[in-house]
Amino acid sequence: MNYQPSDFLPILVQLVAALAFIVATMLATHWLGPKRHSVLKDDAFECGIESVGDARTPISVKYFLVAILFVLFDVEIIFMYPWAVNFMGWVKSTSDVAITMFLEMLVFMGLLLLGFIYVIKKGVLTWEK
Amino acid sequence: MEITSTLFTAKAIYVGIIFAITLGVAAYSTYFERIIAAFMQDRVGPDRAGPFGILQPLADAVKMFMKEDFIPANSNKWLFIAGPCLSMLTALMTSAVVPFGDQLDLGDGIILDLQGIDVNIGILWVFGIVSLGVYGVLIGGWASNNKYSLIGAIRAASQNISYELAMGLSIIAILMLSGSLSTKSIVETQQNGHWNILYQPLGFVIFLVCAFAECNRTPFDLPECETELIGGYHTEYSSMKLGFYLFSEYINMFISGAVMATLYFGGYDYLFNDYVAQISWLGEYAYNVSALLGLVVLIVKALIFVFIFMWVRWTLPRFRYDQLMGLGWTGLIPLAMFNVVLTGASMLFTVNDGGSNWMTVGASWAGVIIMLVVTFAYSEMKYKKKKLATA
Amino acid sequence: MNFWYFLTALTLLSASMVILSKNPIHSVLYLVFTFFCISGHYVLLNAQFLMAVNIVVYAGAIMVLFLFVIMMMDLSKNSPDSKSTLTKLAGAILGGTLLVILIAASRKVDLKDVKPIDAQTGMVEGLGQILYRDYVLPFELVSILFFVAMVGAVMLGKREAGERNF
Repeated sequence: MNYQPSDFLPILVQLVAALAFIVATMLATHWLGPKRHSVLKDDAFECGIESVGDARTPISVKYFLVAILFVLFDVEIIFMYPWAVNFMGWVKSTSDVAITMFLEMLVFMGLLLLGFIYVIKKGVLTWEK
Repeated sequence: MEITSTLFTAKAIYVGIIFAITLGVAAYSTYFERIIAAFMQDRVGPDRAGPFGILQPLADAVKMFMKEDFIPANSNKWLFIAGPCLSMLTALMTSAVVPFGDQLDLGDGIILDLQGIDVNIGILWVFGIVSLGVYGVLIGGWASNNKYSLIGAIRAASQNISYELAMGLSIIAILMLSGSLSTKSIVETQQNGHWNILYQPLGFVIFLVCAFAECNRTPFDLPECETELIGGYHTEYSSMKLGFYLFSEYINMFISGAVMATLYFGGYDYLFNDYVAQISWLGEYAYNVSALLGLVVLIVKALIFVFIFMWVRWTLPRFRYDQLMGLGWTGLIPLAMFNVVLTGASMLFTVNDGGSNWMTVGASWAGVIIMLVVTFAYSEMKYKKKKLATA
Repeated sequence: MNFWYFLTALTLLSASMVILSKNPIHSVLYLVFTFFCISGHYVLLNAQFLMAVNIVVYAGAIMVLFLFVIMMMDLSKNSPDSKSTLTKLAGAILGGTLLVILIAASRKVDLKDVKPIDAQTGMVEGLGQILYRDYVLPFELVSILFFVAMVGAVMLGKREAGERNF
């Protein structure tokens, strides 16, 4: 299989179609709907209770930790993709290479699992407290 | 393959058709969701707009357009508009790599692949675009300047990124079997009934659960949970902006159904393609007919998944947030890693077996059984502990 | 080639919008767009795997983390305009020096000796063959690096007493 940059050209067509659809719909809905403003109506809806202060208060650090762990795990998963794609070829060539590669990935995953266990033991992923 | 202008035009028309099909299916999913809900709850459902209510999506669209386009006074106006647009854009871009069918011979030596782009990275495109879906929700929720929207958005984003990991890991086992990231090759290795579901039942279950979570569907629809967070991240939205958020969910359902069919259910394979391609009375059109049938088959497979999405919605209750995050991180991620190791080990034992992976099949199903037994034993143990604690 | 110029102009424009826009969330969105333009450059170089990784990791993961951090901080309290003239001057000198170095380095590049390479080098299969055969040790060390990063993240996220949040 010979892959070329021009393979990506149809994506531009799809992008243009999607953008055209979105912009047209947004303009239409903005233009068609009625407009009535009042101070109370333009306020944020918080269950009918008058909203106090700004909504942009700090949020729990737990979500931030989840995001950091997500970045780390995401990169590790990306590292496995080239390995997975080649694994069938290694298995089919000689079994020695395949076993080496398998052990390599076991070590990698083992270390990943070690970090994972550490994170769980530290209680980062318990939400009840 | 050089892209000539004729081929490019054909491709553009194909992309347009798929685009229209996606939007049409998404619009009618809203109708069928109500019909199915009505059937399951022994009600009539929508029946006023046109015969059997089939014009209901149209009526809904008109209603959405005519509603006031509300923007709260304290919000960031442009970000508020950008939120739903980003959601919609990411939903619409995913379908590009899904092979909806085999090749179509248009005469004059033009051969059109029934696939937006056939690229080396294939499934990573889906993975990448899905990971961008977080932005629409996060930006929209933050821009609303509403506490409930913000919590809803943060929750939705955390949920999406958590389940993305298990999704990425479950795809790895598929890649080991197909040896390519290209979705086209993944489908081609599954031709004639060698569907990946036979080799990867565990991976499929993980992927299915993650697909539910990524689409924010019940039982994972906490981000928009009505009882705790009003409407979640789209509390402040009205008119077609709200419509975009809801509509992108339906598009995502259809596309994820198509992706699941591609990865695990043979894509456009329908077991007797070769037979159709050789029917004599169709003559030179036989191959094209077979390809178009494949396209129909893939859409039907995707629609079956859409039905499963709806079935689950009206059957299962919602998770609690800690259960949801617990399942994603401590449940599915280790399970997906176990699946990768299991697949790798079983492949090692069937070296040079001429492509037949019966060992992999056996190991994979054994893995499912082990998983079920362990889960059962664990819950049993926990139950007994609880009983002891209360007694 | 024309497309390259268009893409480069777009990249530079969005990259400068990252630092010019006042609202940090706008900056994040422009940065995501910049990453997309860079991915477009990778496509033109036929480095498809790098293109996908750039989208998944940078646009999809790291920028989400950025957004989380920006949303977690209270932006109204510390406005970004409070930089002193000295800071601005130092920044300008530093950036200017970097620009001079880059220009000086690129002037010395000799394009005559470039050998044509296989166009399929940038695909995922080739990368796997090299990464897991020739660079095994760095690959395994990376996982240790990740482990350290995880420990660091957990330490950073420790809850302090008296903290108020949702």
